[in-house]
Amino acid sequence: MYILKRFLTMIVTIWVITTLTFIIMHSIPGDPFASDADVLPEEVVENMREKYNLDQPLPVQYLLYLKNLATLDLGPSIESKTRDVNTLIADGFPASALLGIQALVIAIVFGLILGIVAALNHNGLLDYLSMGVAIIGISVPSFILAPLLIKYFAVDWGLLPVASWGSWEHTVLPSVALATAPLAIVARFMRSSMLEVMNQDYIKTADAKGVSTIGIVIKHGIRNALIPVISFIGPLVAFLLTGTFVIEKIFAIPGIGKYFVDSIFNRDFPVILGTTIFFSAILIVTLFIVDISYRLVDPRIKLSSKGE
Amino acid sequence: MERLLEVEDLHVSFKTYGGEVQAVRGVNFHVNKGEVLAIVGESGSGKSVTAKTIMGLLPKKVSRISSGVVTFEEDDLLTYSKKEMQKVKGSKISLISQDPMTSLNPTMKIGHQIDESLKLHTDLSKMERKSRVLELLTLVGIPNVEERYSQYPHELSGGMRQRVLIAVALACEPQLIIADEPTTALDVTIQAQILDLLKDLQQRLDTSILIITHDLGVVAEVAQRVAVMYAGVVVESGSVEEIFANPNHPYTWGLLGSIPKQRQDGARERLIPIEGTPPDLFSPPKGCPFAARCEYAMDICVEKMPDSTYLTTDHASKCWLNDSRAKKPKEVAMAGRSR
Repeated sequence: MYILKRFLTMIVTIWVITTLTFIIMHSIPGDPFASDADVLPEEVVENMREKYNLDQPLPVQYLLYLKNLATLDLGPSIESKTRDVNTLIADGFPASALLGIQALVIAIVFGLILGIVAALNHNGLLDYLSMGVAIIGISVPSFILAPLLIKYFAVDWGLLPVASWGSWEHTVLPSVALATAPLAIVARFMRSSMLEVMNQDYIKTADAKGVSTIGIVIKHGIRNALIPVISFIGPLVAFLLTGTFVIEKIFAIPGIGKYFVDSIFNRDFPVILGTTIFFSAILIVTLFIVDISYRLVDPRIKLSSKGE
Repeated sequence: MERLLEVEDLHVSFKTYGGEVQAVRGVNFHVNKGEVLAIVGESGSGKSVTAKTIMGLLPKKVSRISSGVVTFEEDDLLTYSKKEMQKVKGSKISLISQDPMTSLNPTMKIGHQIDESLKLHTDLSKMERKSRVLELLTLVGIPNVEERYSQYPHELSGGMRQRVLIAVALACEPQLIIADEPTTALDVTIQAQILDLLKDLQQRLDTSILIITHDLGVVAEVAQRVAVMYAGVVVESGSVEEIFANPNHPYTWGLLGSIPKQRQDGARERLIPIEGTPPDLFSPPKGCPFAARCEYAMDICVEKMPDSTYLTTDHASKCWLNDSRAKKPKEVAMAGRSR
């Protein structure tokens, strides 16, 4: 029942997002053939507009799009004459997702470790050290970090390939560059959450039972400290999986990150809509997974359709 | 009577941004085997800090035990290493904490929380431990033990959670249970139930209990002996009968005077509060800490801390009024109380 209700909510959310994107997209001036109109004869442009239904009134275009969307067809790309939006995503997403998953694992694993270590050494050397690393991670933008990584690890030391896509080695540097900022944020979240948990009365109860410090951290600390961190991890998953424009551009990775930006410059309407809907769908699904994993971590949360 | 725990001249202070707070300033008391000792005092008198010191639960970074001996089974607990202390905690000495709503891990089944100390301190097998936990839950008066075993704390009421905490404390049959205000967070009817349970278990299992409270009603209910703490020192100690029938220290008079009373004829008496506030423990007074609030204070009280006077072998009081040179205060005091 809960799952069904959540599923219907997801569909409605996607429809709202589609509608809003459609309206905003058509309210910016220009269309896909604005630059061609100067060089090509008017008839040719007219024909192209007709091919992509752009000659129809907007409500008709909107309904036509919704009709296609219902069959999961995201339409043709205007810019790329050979591939439609579904193929664009299908081709680019695996690379973006692989990078995203690797970055996610790095960010979560090291972020949590760093946060826990910092919290346990509150105001100690390790705390300042790991929070220093975290602040650098948050403040250094990826377009600075990525070239630095390339310079040292690829150019100077020759350990890893400079860029492009192929073997697993190619994924290491971009994954690290992608993971740094979220890692730092996870570390800071985990630190403050862990500090709060370690001051709770039940930690004292465990201490009074004679549980060792490590035992307290593992059995009583981490699980309770994770609860607020999970709510940050949800949106993070969506952002990382759908690729980033900057990292993919720097490392020349054939992901979908670039379409988010390029499509808007080209007024490639179907690609704008398609990538937005795809991103929203992933975000909504990960949020749903987050809600379910809350239940696994915190027994006080019940999945029910009432009282949301 | 055999002494189980003896605390001698304990001094504990805390480093804060405002300076060093001397929370406990020379505390002496003992707990006999199979006895319930109550430590009474107002907030900030150092009761809980004393208990935490015995359990080794003080925050290491900010606290300092400047002197003192805590003898338990002929060993000084203060000299124990962290590892040695972990073996004592939960098995020989255990704690029932103040707030049952926050003292249980919200993400752990209650059965497992009781099982935890058994796992650490006994060699019982998994099956044996489970049956022991169920036995403990029954012992503390929890119905449907099988079902409760796998429930989480939020599924239990406050009183039930306090029972679970008592079961946690009892798990390894400790010689000493330290109960830090075990009933403060509960409503009155549940308070009575929990006190009855504690008293009953103490008699059945013959453990000693050190109960910390600010409620003299609780003292009368469960304790055999009392230590009255004020501003980090024990000002008067003795058997419950002695302290209630024949209190010696003006602070104890004040405490007893501030209990609400109902007279036989139904008329109500006005409560007599103790005027003033406790001294600032950043710079504690060199004399008797109660002098500033004491109606009978003399010049010497401000100057010098009085020593203990033994009124009987077990009833001790730290007050200059017991000095032979002081005016006879008893009559004055009794007259003062019936204002």
